[in-house]
Amino acid sequence: MSLLEITNLKVSFDTEDGQVQAVRDISLSLDEGEILALCGESGCGKSVTAMSVPRLLPPETTRLSGSIKLDGRELTTLPEAEMRKVRGKTVSVVFQEPMTSLNPSFTVGYQIAEVLRRHEGLSRQAAARRAVELLELVGIPAPARRVKEYPHQLSGGMRQRVMIAIAVACSPRVLIADEPTTALDVTIQAGVLDVFRDLRDRLGTAIILITHDLGVVADIADRAVVMYAGRAVEQAPVGGLFAGPRHPYTLGLMNALPSAAVDGRLAEIPGLVPSPLSDPDECAFQDRCARAQADCRLSRPPLTHQADDHLAACFHPGGQS
Amino acid sequence: MFWFILRRCGSAVLVLFLSSVLIFLGIRALPGDPASVMAGQEASQAAIEAIRKEFGLDKPLPAQYLDYVGQTLTGNFGRSTQDQLPVADILAERLPVTLELSLLAMVVAIVIGVGAGIVAAVRRGKLADYVATAFGLAGLSVPHFWLGLLGILLFAVTWRVLPASGYVPFTEDPVQNLQRMILPALVLGTGFAAILMRQTRSAMLGALSADYVRTARSKGLSEAKVVGAHALRNSLTTVVTVLGLQLGALISGAVVTEQIFVIPGFGKLTVDAVLTRNYPVIQAVVLVTVIGYVLVNLLVDIAYAFLNPRIRLSGGTRD
Repeated sequence: MSLLEITNLKVSFDTEDGQVQAVRDISLSLDEGEILALCGESGCGKSVTAMSVPRLLPPETTRLSGSIKLDGRELTTLPEAEMRKVRGKTVSVVFQEPMTSLNPSFTVGYQIAEVLRRHEGLSRQAAARRAVELLELVGIPAPARRVKEYPHQLSGGMRQRVMIAIAVACSPRVLIADEPTTALDVTIQAGVLDVFRDLRDRLGTAIILITHDLGVVADIADRAVVMYAGRAVEQAPVGGLFAGPRHPYTLGLMNALPSAAVDGRLAEIPGLVPSPLSDPDECAFQDRCARAQADCRLSRPPLTHQADDHLAACFHPGGQS
Repeated sequence: MFWFILRRCGSAVLVLFLSSVLIFLGIRALPGDPASVMAGQEASQAAIEAIRKEFGLDKPLPAQYLDYVGQTLTGNFGRSTQDQLPVADILAERLPVTLELSLLAMVVAIVIGVGAGIVAAVRRGKLADYVATAFGLAGLSVPHFWLGLLGILLFAVTWRVLPASGYVPFTEDPVQNLQRMILPALVLGTGFAAILMRQTRSAMLGALSADYVRTARSKGLSEAKVVGAHALRNSLTTVVTVLGLQLGALISGAVVTEQIFVIPGFGKLTVDAVLTRNYPVIQAVVLVTVIGYVLVNLLVDIAYAFLNPRIRLSGGTRD
């Protein structure tokens, strides 16, 4: 059995325009020590899928159905008080915005120690000592001095490392990293990714990495799920995915990478993402797809096995090239 | 931190200096010659000159100013033209009354205003929010004198639970003192509480939607900690600013409130002095008010530094 099992997850939000369907139907699993990339463009539902696990979506407007099981325990129906024991302890999160995700009024040492005192029952002094060790673990120089500093005294890369230190403080089973490197300089990105790899190797933490950057996926992930319009369109080990993408949308994403540019111009995917308010029974990508045929408009292609471990939701998948 | 406070104290002294010059010149800009007024209508030129010399009015203005500052610093504010009592003694008697009233009103305002603001923000769009906002609007709109009269009518006349007016010093009878102060403090604090409530609510709404609050939730902290520690700490700067700005309004509010409840405080002293053209008293009252403002602003600045590490840490080293 997998560590984390998401089955038929559907998430929608109440808005003034109606029900916005952020996640239409997704099932995925995560093994211990695995790094799973969730990729796709903005609004495809990758962040919403991941934030459903620790239930960090606004409770008043979120409607969620389906099942999320962690170690066989159903999280979607867990009482809020029990869920708080899971958050930060078993499942923790690194957010996208390192500049604003730390509280400006508290020292970084306090913000790390807080989670240790909450979940590990450490004393103030023990938690403060452990905070120094954690800063060292995530590669911050002079950690004993840094714990006494405030977020505004640290650079973006440093702050993201502090966020990671908070997230891994209680040795979580699952770490969710939401675009952890997007706001950072390219030179700092590699260092942050190294920290994740190191954590997985040392602590066996399973990581869900949310990203739209296929370069990051190729660099660090074991397996990738490509999402489009609230559904998974392709799911494969990273090697197989890059060697032979089956879904035309995945192929389009790869052609849009700077390294794939022809004549110095990036290939873009024509057309627009379908409206999140409706959900017709057809392939959501067919409007923008070069391979689309009549059957793509008649029903929605199911996610089917193309090869071992390689699934794609397409009636006309590409071959291995 | 030390340098920060020192710098703020320095600018406070500068403001006090400039205000004292203004007060000094303001009094001298008034029409009429004080020496001839004091000497009377039929006095000889020599007698007027003698008075002028006695009070130092023949000296050049800068020298007169130095005399004034020297007198003021040694606690000599002159004598009231009304009853010839030293102004310093009058101030010593009236000021504590108003300080007590303002302090009580502020406690009322902070407890009600900040508390209701937090509740309204957390329960946004729910019944508690609407009730707090409605009361806030009412508290802002209702004038002090009407609220005061209504309070006297209800509590003193209809229910007979509190005395209608008057003042008993705290040192004489603390219970009587509080009985007589509670209604004025509530009346004076209501408008203040309404303003604090609205500001606290909007600051808390901003803080609650901040990324760091989401981070706090993702750590598994209780909602009490998320709201009470993470969000509130970042809203306090706004609350302190409003407190500082509104303390001035509290002083002018005290003028009306003291008049209604017949409390012999600073506000009543001001009104009486203006009505009787009691210049030495007016001069002292203005100076004390300025000192009050400057001190409050100094405290607010220092409170900022304690609340916000960005101000605290840049205050001493850079900038």
